[in-house]
Amino acid sequence: MSSTSPSTSQPGPLQAPATGTARVKRGMAEQLKGGVIMDVVTPEQAKIAEDAGAVAVMALERVPADIRKDGGVARMSDPDMIEGIINAVSIPVMAKSRIGHFVEAQVLQALGVDYIDESEVLTPADEVNHSDKWAFTTPFVCGATNLGEALRRISEGAAMIRSKGEAGTGNVVEAVRHMRQIKNEIARLKGLDDTELYAAAKELRAPHELVKEVAGLGRLPVVLFSAGGVATPADAALMRQLGAEGVFVGSGIFKSGDPARRAAAIVKATTFYDDPEVIADVSRNLGEAMVGINCDTLPESERYAGRGW
Amino acid sequence: MSVPETTPVIGVFALQGDVREHLAALRSSGAEPVAVRRPGELAGCDGLVIPGGESTTMSKLAVSFGLMEPLRARVRSGMPVYGTCAGMIMLADKILDPRSGQETVGGIDMIVRRNAFGRQNESFEAALDLAGVPGGPVEGVFIRAPWVESTGAGVEVLASYDGHPVAVRQGSLLATAFHPELTGDHRVHALFTAMVRTAGESGREASGGRISGVGSVDCR
Repeated sequence: MSSTSPSTSQPGPLQAPATGTARVKRGMAEQLKGGVIMDVVTPEQAKIAEDAGAVAVMALERVPADIRKDGGVARMSDPDMIEGIINAVSIPVMAKSRIGHFVEAQVLQALGVDYIDESEVLTPADEVNHSDKWAFTTPFVCGATNLGEALRRISEGAAMIRSKGEAGTGNVVEAVRHMRQIKNEIARLKGLDDTELYAAAKELRAPHELVKEVAGLGRLPVVLFSAGGVATPADAALMRQLGAEGVFVGSGIFKSGDPARRAAAIVKATTFYDDPEVIADVSRNLGEAMVGINCDTLPESERYAGRGW
Repeated sequence: MSVPETTPVIGVFALQGDVREHLAALRSSGAEPVAVRRPGELAGCDGLVIPGGESTTMSKLAVSFGLMEPLRARVRSGMPVYGTCAGMIMLADKILDPRSGQETVGGIDMIVRRNAFGRQNESFEAALDLAGVPGGPVEGVFIRAPWVESTGAGVEVLASYDGHPVAVRQGSLLATAFHPELTGDHRVHALFTAMVRTAGESGREASGGRISGVGSVDCR
């Protein structure tokens, strides 16, 4: 069915069907809420993730922990590898493009991935511009460390935001910092009057219209997930209690001792994030967690969260 | 028949998916919505909405946390349930291509095909005429949507798209492949809330009881 556009087939007076609309792109992320999106590097890992209850997988060649270890330029994954994962599972498949590398994004769209992550985990391709995400049918998720950054990505067409955290460290401290920052800035906007929102927009370096929308809604106009450093069920539940609507788990699962068990445990803890008994129960006997890195010992050049602006 | 309108308690299955949108749509439709993640929360509901999301995730969590059997029992005893997208899959007696271990609640005599309209790039919006919903076409938002491959004799098809049924009803069970909860148009939720009221009235007449015996807790 993938090549058949619904636009050719509906008879009658109804309006023509529309693909790639903001509602369809943002609505897709709404369906992922309460769920866990897992990094996978092989079709076998993708199946383990699906069996554990992941709502989507992120197809990539190396998890962030290995990108850190290997160094060098990190790029979009091999199309064969992405297709292999698309064919292995029935849940949505996401894949990463470099920041500003809109041709990698075009390739990912052509491959039929369900979401493109314009990701700071890969080496940025443009030091000034992010990709124009309105130009795509495939929706984008982008990272953010604060509200202004989130709104700039949304103004470029991002249909979902994730806090950046510090990917590949197994250390949740940066994810917490970014989530608290975004939530605090939203809370502050709610207390401002119409006049003050103009100055707030200037401060946030974000479009006034979006700032006003956030102030009215009391949340982003798109789904907000958390990413970067989630390694345990309690980490996932922490991010949800702090306001994330779901979590991305990268290296935390397949760099651990028992990936299938840990993946299922993180899924359960994400749903029952406010129930310590469930979290305690699923946290038993998970085997070794990924070792992790202390973020304060990371040199500036190895901090991914500073990529993008 | 002009009894004052009751405010039925309608649960939203909240293991995963677009729960918030359904809670809001139900509230606008005159129901008292509650999030349901545990069997005890289900017991207090007069009706239930199974939202959009990932049907594989919902199925696994429902089995793990002991919701599948209580839910099937409530469906058998006539509780109205409305499923959108993944929720439609959960209400199907049969899935054409289930993943290993994927169970459904069942109740509607139909076979559904998951992701039948394609991947996200094929997700679309189109206006649809929906039988039983007055006031013109509804906006159909289809996201990696299923369609109904075939139906049994007791199933009423309320809407079709491209020759495939995308909205069906069997008794007190309602299912749509699309997401009215994303549109701000709450007519489908109003239809479902009316179905729950009707079921509550006939249930009350039959048992002499009240519409819901258990107090409810708003979880969100």
